[in-house]
Amino acid sequence: MSNKDYDDIPGTYVFDGEQNRKGYHLNMFCMSLNKAENREQFAADPEGYLMTFPMTDQQRKAVMDRDWIGMLRLGGNIYYTFKIAIFDGMTMQDAGAAMSHVTVEEFKEMLLGGGRSVEGNRFKSEWEK
Amino acid sequence: MAKIIAGVGTSHIPSVGAAIDNGKTQEDYWKPLFDGYGPARKWMEETKPDVAIIVFNDHASAFSLELIPTFAIGVAPEFQPADEGYGPRQVPVVEGHPALAWHLAENLILDEFDMTIVNEMPVDHGLTVPLSVMCDQPEEWPCKVIPLAVNVVQYPQPTGKRCFDLGKAIAKAVESFDEDLNVVILGTGGMSHQLQGERAGLINADFDKAYLDDLTADVDRLVKIEHTEYMREAGSEGIELVMWLVMRGALSENAKEIYRSYHVPASNTGAGLIILENEK
Repeated sequence: MSNKDYDDIPGTYVFDGEQNRKGYHLNMFCMSLNKAENREQFAADPEGYLMTFPMTDQQRKAVMDRDWIGMLRLGGNIYYTFKIAIFDGMTMQDAGAAMSHVTVEEFKEMLLGGGRSVEGNRFKSEWEK
Repeated sequence: MAKIIAGVGTSHIPSVGAAIDNGKTQEDYWKPLFDGYGPARKWMEETKPDVAIIVFNDHASAFSLELIPTFAIGVAPEFQPADEGYGPRQVPVVEGHPALAWHLAENLILDEFDMTIVNEMPVDHGLTVPLSVMCDQPEEWPCKVIPLAVNVVQYPQPTGKRCFDLGKAIAKAVESFDEDLNVVILGTGGMSHQLQGERAGLINADFDKAYLDDLTADVDRLVKIEHTEYMREAGSEGIELVMWLVMRGALSENAKEIYRSYHVPASNTGAGLIILENEK
C-alpha cells in the first residue's frame, strides 16, 4: 500500500525518489547517449555498451527489447528513456503510441482530435471498470 | 534602474523548434500554431527588451540525475545550444548578462531563495525553443538572456507558491539593479501534456484555457494548485506550468493580458502563449 496521493492516477509513473533509486543507472545510461561517441559505441555493440553501466539485467533486457513501459516500471524517466527513442529515430508520437499500445496512426488521430480526454482517465478506478 | 516590463508564458515543445529549423512552419499541421505566434513576434520586435529572463527546465542536457538543483541561475557570458541526442540545434549562441545575473543570484540568496549558481550550462530546447517562438530565426538573438532553470523532472517539483514567490523576489532584485534595462520574463513549458505511460497523449484544453484566464482573473487559484492536481488534470508533464508562476509572480498584481494564442495539438501538447504587460 502507498500513501502517495498520485498513485491513483492511471497509466502514469511519477518520477519520485523511489523511482529515482530504482532507475538511477538506467537513466544515466540514457543520459550518456547525449554524446555522439557514446551513441556510436551503443550502435556498434548494444549489449556490451549496456554492460558498462551497473544496471540490473531486467533493465538491460527492457532496453534491448525497447519495452518502453517496462523501462518506466523499472525506474526509467521519460526524458531519459526518450533518448533511446531519439537514438532509434522515433518521435514522441511513436513513443506515446508504443506506451499506450495503439498504432502510431491511431495515436496521431487521437491527438488531432484534441488528445486523450481527462474524462474517465483521472483515477485508476475508472480504468478498472 | 532596471525594470520588468512584461511577462510571456509559452510552451517549449521540441518539435516546434524542429519545425522552425526545418522550414515546416507553413505546412498544414503547423501553420495554425505559427499563425498564432505571429502577433507575439511582432510584439517582441516592437518591445525590444534588453534582457530576457527565461524560466525553463533542463531535459537531461546540462543537468542529470547526478545533481538536481531546484532553482539554478546561469551567470555566464554565453550558453551553447545543447546536444540532446540529435546534435545541437543550429541556432545562435545565447548571450548572457553576467552583471545582472550575479546581481539576481546575490539578492535572491540574501532574500532566502537558495539559488544554485551556474557558470557552465549548455541550454536545450527548454530555453532555445521559446526564443525561436518569440524571435523566429535571427542571425543573433535580439536580447541578452538570463537562464533560470527549475527542476520539474524529479518529483517533488517546487510548489506553485514557491515559484510565484521567487518571481516576486526576482522583480524586487531587478528593480535594485543600477542600470536602465528593460527586462521581460518568460515562463515556459506546458501546457497540458503527458508524454509517459499508458495515459500518454492526455491534453486538457479546458484546464489550459482556465489557466490562461486566471493568470489575470484569479492568480490565487493557480498559486494553490498542488502537484497531484497538475498531474491528474494536466498530465504528468503539465506540472511544468509552475514555471509560468515564476513569470506571473514577477509582474505587478494588475498586469494586463495583451495577447494570447492556444492550439491543440502541437506534438503531444496543448500549446499556449500569453503576453502580460505591467502598467507603463
